[in-house]
Amino acid sequence: MFLEISNLRKTFGTYTAVQHFDMKIDRGEFISFLGPSGCGKTTTLRMMAGFETPTEGMIRIGNRDITGLRPNQRKIGMVFQSYALFPNMTVADNVAFGLKVARRPGAEIAQRVEEMLKLIGLPQLGNRYPFQLSGGQQQRVALARALAPKPQVLLLDEPLSALDAKIRVSLREEIRAVQRELGITTIYVTHDQEEALSMSDRIVVMNEGRVEQIGTPFEIYNLPRTRFVASFVGTLNILQARVLDGPAGRVAVDDQEIVVATGLSGARPGETCSLALRPEAIRIDQPAPSGNRLQGSIEEVSFLGSVVRVRVRFDRNSVSIDTFNNPGLTLPERGRPVTISFARDDLVVLQQAPG
Amino acid sequence: MNRSRLGAWLSFAIGALYFLVPLIATMEFAMRIRRGQYTFDAFQIVLTDARFQATFTYSTVVALATIAVGTLLVVPTAYWVRLRLPHLRPVVEFITLLPLVIPAIVIVFGYLRMYNSSSLVPLTDTDLGTDILLTFGYATLALPYMYRSVDAGLQAIDIHTLTEAAENLGARWPTILFRIILPNIRVAVLSGALLTFAIVIGEFTLASLLNRPAFGPYLQLIGANRAYEPAALAIIAFAITWACMGLIQLFARQTQTAPAR
Amino acid sequence: MTQADEVVPLPTLTARPRMSMPSWAWLGTAPFFLFALLFLILPTAYLLVGAFQDVEGHFTLENLANLSQPSIVSAYTISLQVSAASALGGAVVGSLLASAVVFGGLPRWIRPTVVTFSGVASNFAGIPLAFAFLATLGRAGLVTTLLITVFDFNIYSAGFNLLSFWGLVITYLYFQIPLMVLILLPALEGLKREWREASEILGASRWQYWSWVAFPIIWPSLLGSTLLLFANAFGAIATAYGLTGSSLNIVPILLYAQIRGDVLHNPNLGYALALGMVVITGLSNLAYMVLRRRSERWMR
Repeated sequence: MFLEISNLRKTFGTYTAVQHFDMKIDRGEFISFLGPSGCGKTTTLRMMAGFETPTEGMIRIGNRDITGLRPNQRKIGMVFQSYALFPNMTVADNVAFGLKVARRPGAEIAQRVEEMLKLIGLPQLGNRYPFQLSGGQQQRVALARALAPKPQVLLLDEPLSALDAKIRVSLREEIRAVQRELGITTIYVTHDQEEALSMSDRIVVMNEGRVEQIGTPFEIYNLPRTRFVASFVGTLNILQARVLDGPAGRVAVDDQEIVVATGLSGARPGETCSLALRPEAIRIDQPAPSGNRLQGSIEEVSFLGSVVRVRVRFDRNSVSIDTFNNPGLTLPERGRPVTISFARDDLVVLQQAPG
Repeated sequence: MNRSRLGAWLSFAIGALYFLVPLIATMEFAMRIRRGQYTFDAFQIVLTDARFQATFTYSTVVALATIAVGTLLVVPTAYWVRLRLPHLRPVVEFITLLPLVIPAIVIVFGYLRMYNSSSLVPLTDTDLGTDILLTFGYATLALPYMYRSVDAGLQAIDIHTLTEAAENLGARWPTILFRIILPNIRVAVLSGALLTFAIVIGEFTLASLLNRPAFGPYLQLIGANRAYEPAALAIIAFAITWACMGLIQLFARQTQTAPAR
Repeated sequence: MTQADEVVPLPTLTARPRMSMPSWAWLGTAPFFLFALLFLILPTAYLLVGAFQDVEGHFTLENLANLSQPSIVSAYTISLQVSAASALGGAVVGSLLASAVVFGGLPRWIRPTVVTFSGVASNFAGIPLAFAFLATLGRAGLVTTLLITVFDFNIYSAGFNLLSFWGLVITYLYFQIPLMVLILLPALEGLKREWREASEILGASRWQYWSWVAFPIIWPSLLGSTLLLFANAFGAIATAYGLTGSSLNIVPILLYAQIRGDVLHNPNLGYALALGMVVITGLSNLAYMVLRRRSERWMR
């Protein structure tokens, strides 16, 4: 364990921005903080950088407690959303800044700058000024500048939000490649779930100052633990069901009985529960013998190109189903009765997040 | 962090002192007119002085004329430059900066030489001619502020779309300008007008050298001959300037809460 | 590429032909150019050309040579000194005030208050300002008498006199400082917070940030606005006239006397005087614009 955050809390007056953040991170891991605006992810990052002082808690890098240190003592690199390159300095001077501050010898600085510019793929642009570069180029220079002094940890605060969609995708891969090559522990703040899912070793999903779930991209997507995580990451169907037999996992959805493979321990008959079901897990009119079955009628059909999205309504519940477009088959019509089926272990029981 | 905040408060306090003390001193001085007690008699004397009323009225009328001239000149020009003649923009902006570079006294010197009795347009021969000259002179002095204000106002509204929409509905350019564009830049024009008013009311150089019975020369005359009344006049002048600026802020804030769309 | 270009024109309801915009536009701006020509450019040009002419209208450089008269040289010298002193004083104090507002961590209401008051104070120049300072630092002024009664210190016996060079400079500061604050506030606020944070996380101290990043970015604004203050003071007359009458020999007052009564006994010399003023204020403003363009390029 290389980076440890324990019991971190931040309040502004009566407003709690971050409640009880706890995490252990290994060296070289790529962690994303994912969540909507105002969820506390940036505040947590800034506490790690030293720009905000925690109300409570501790941050440790290696065996060094850095909680009380000023930002310029922490040996951390940071990349900002607005690039923040110094406009009066060339690209080379920007990249060299951290080394110049540390009073490294000139030759070492020059060599390191050249190394970094090659790493980010801009070896010829050393003498340009930031205003002469595109947004994507500026952000790569910012990355080089942050990495040049060989920091222990790299922090990135929504670095791609200000860029065009296409550049975002290519730069995303570049950042991950550079991070892998250097093996540097990295924390990446974003509100874009695709970024988080494609880049991270682990994701921290946050909402309203709380940590909803920490897990690998696979776990976050396929095994969401709370309703928020399930709905924030990918599209999701949520069924409101009434418990019939908790341990056996028998529940009723609009008076139709289905079975939850994992069972609902501790749930008493008559209680309501929420179940999550991914659109891609559902089949239309192809009953599986041992699976769950629900009967309803088609409410809406949307043709989205390669995907056909069908909405099926039961009574109070409805589900959205994605199927691949098949030119050989005709699209189902609205109002037609259908039976949908899905496996018992495709259902995920959602809990309310701990208050 | 606390040391810099102390320094900031100190700077602010000293600044506030330097700027408020003369105002307090002037007020205090004006009230000293009757020996041994503080009264507002100096203000009373000044406000009931016939010459005060005459020159103040004169300057106000000239100010209003200047505002009219300035608005009629600046609004169409700024509008056309933005809409159709963007390549003229640097030229127009350069012209509007000239009154800030060329001192007022040089401008009025030029007027006296160009428009005196022996020239083609002997404006200075008649009182009315000189009044006209004074008005245009003030419009020149106020030009940078008027243009900057109106231009900023035009930038905030989408004049291209407004004009196209109006044309599609059959409007001709006077209608577009006066019934569509102007109402939407009301605040900007008002700001420019208030700034113009503040400039004209206290102006001395042009009025004095053109020999017009304006408020500025009256101030100077009182200052040369009386002791306590000038202080009262200074307070009045300051109050007027403050009122103009305050109104500008007030109108600016109103548009922030009630957007034009 | 404006929004308007993408608008599909509606079918017109009448057969009205589209008015030819370009000619209307030229006509619309013509009054402005005529006005500028008649009331700004030509009068000034008249003087500037006249500076190179003698009484009969022939070309001569004699007027410029005559500017080297002792009284005129002294007037220019004093003007330059007053302008420089008030510009520097205004720049230093104005910078401190603007820094206090932007970086001092003061309550939110300070900024709008300072901006409004600066707007008022920078327009307060002229005769009323002279009266205000007479009431403050004049022989019978409030501060003068307070210093005598409280500290037993008479500034006039110590050699100070409001109706002098330094008195004028102190008075000029009343509109120079606010002008500096108004120009510098947006420039200082243009220093993005992220630059400070980026430099800090890279290990820099506060001093290193200011000397390597902030100051290099901001010095063109500082210098430029100081030059603007200089030009502003050089051309000012009303305040000085209200304070010292025509006794203090600065160029605008000399020009005033010349216009009023040809004290130099040579009308064309007056033109040369005006030429000198315009050259000095023109150069200062030119330098200001060059510096401003330079700093704006970085901020893009």
